[in-house]
Amino acid sequence: MSLGPTFLGLLETRPQHGYDLKQTYDEQFATKRPLAYGQVYATLSRLLKNGLVEVEAVEPGAGPERKRYTVTEAGVTDVEKWLAAPESPEPYLQSTLYTKVVLALLTGRPADQVLDVQRTEHLKQMRVLTRRKADGDLAEQLICDHALFHLEADLRWLELTAARIDDLAGEVRGR
Amino acid sequence: MTHTAPQNSPAPEHATEPLLTASGLSRSFGPTTALVDASLTLYPGEIVAVMGPSGSGKSTLLHCLAGIVRPDGGRVDYDDTDLAEASDSRLSDLRRTDFGFLFQFGQLVPELSCVENVALPLRLGGEPRRRAERTALDWLERLDVAEVAGKTPGECSGGQGQRVAVARALITRPRVVFADEPTGALDSLNGERVIRMLTEAARDSGAAVVLVTHEPRVAAYADREVVVRDGRTRDLGGLG
Repeated sequence: MSLGPTFLGLLETRPQHGYDLKQTYDEQFATKRPLAYGQVYATLSRLLKNGLVEVEAVEPGAGPERKRYTVTEAGVTDVEKWLAAPESPEPYLQSTLYTKVVLALLTGRPADQVLDVQRTEHLKQMRVLTRRKADGDLAEQLICDHALFHLEADLRWLELTAARIDDLAGEVRGR
Repeated sequence: MTHTAPQNSPAPEHATEPLLTASGLSRSFGPTTALVDASLTLYPGEIVAVMGPSGSGKSTLLHCLAGIVRPDGGRVDYDDTDLAEASDSRLSDLRRTDFGFLFQFGQLVPELSCVENVALPLRLGGEPRRRAERTALDWLERLDVAEVAGKTPGECSGGQGQRVAVARALITRPRVVFADEPTGALDSLNGERVIRMLTEAARDSGAAVVLVTHEPRVAAYADREVVVRDGRTRDLGGLG
């Protein structure tokens, strides 16, 4: 998760103190691990330095004074750019697993077992996410769905590779 | 037998005694081999996903398990009966009383209303119409489709129709539900809703489910997975 643009977007909704920003972020996005305070203030400090946020007011708090941050025009532009840019797909699984499958074939090990072990692991994770969805609110469901669709895509690849394993064996051994 | 509305109850623990055991199943259709030494063990109340590529034999396996297709070899033991050798009348009785069925489509009688469709298995078992339809309506409510009770299947959306079919599959409180690609004709959102309702209702009523699907997200609702490849089964286990 890109913390900088996310903070800028949250500040665009309304000016906030660092503490409030962390609470908002945790509520919206931190499904597993709440954000560390150190991360919050380090990010705000960087955004401030780059002119993407500014301190709107300094107010007295229970302890030290609290700064209320607001997003600058440059910050809003940054959010727009970030939202408009596509994320890079992450085809990491195929490359690692493909290497494992080819190595198994080259060394005479059962490649279909490599695929089945991965398949079992994937489906196990999918069951965990499916159960989480059942207990979750809409935000939780959508987050789980995102992960589920990715895992499903991997599983389709596993299935396809299993169906072509004999052909692949012929190819890699003939190289 | 009196059938009552579905009650919420915890998912049943797996018993040590299998409910249904298939072993050494083989089946060919002409020159095409569909199953080779296939096996599957089903415990009471568990949901098993049967996965595999198109044409791998998963539907033939389901049909053999349910006594719809007789295998060429092997046996299917259910309640002291080998379904591979059972008489047609015994199989027919089991399909009416112990087994429920859910297919991709085409299982509802188009001339009957949805509530009549759902009540049909009870009516065939001799239950009076009014009582059968009362129970059917309870099931339609449970599956959140009571509003289509008076409509015919043709007047329902795909998702509604499948939820009506789930109600019909479960109304006799079967011990096993055989579901063959129940979400295959639905979009993601409706498919998800149908599979969630099917698995929840089956768990609530203690029914085991054999769920044939090619969709991993649907299989993730099951307790474990059996893969069929080239007619052979491979049990990949589950969460435990």
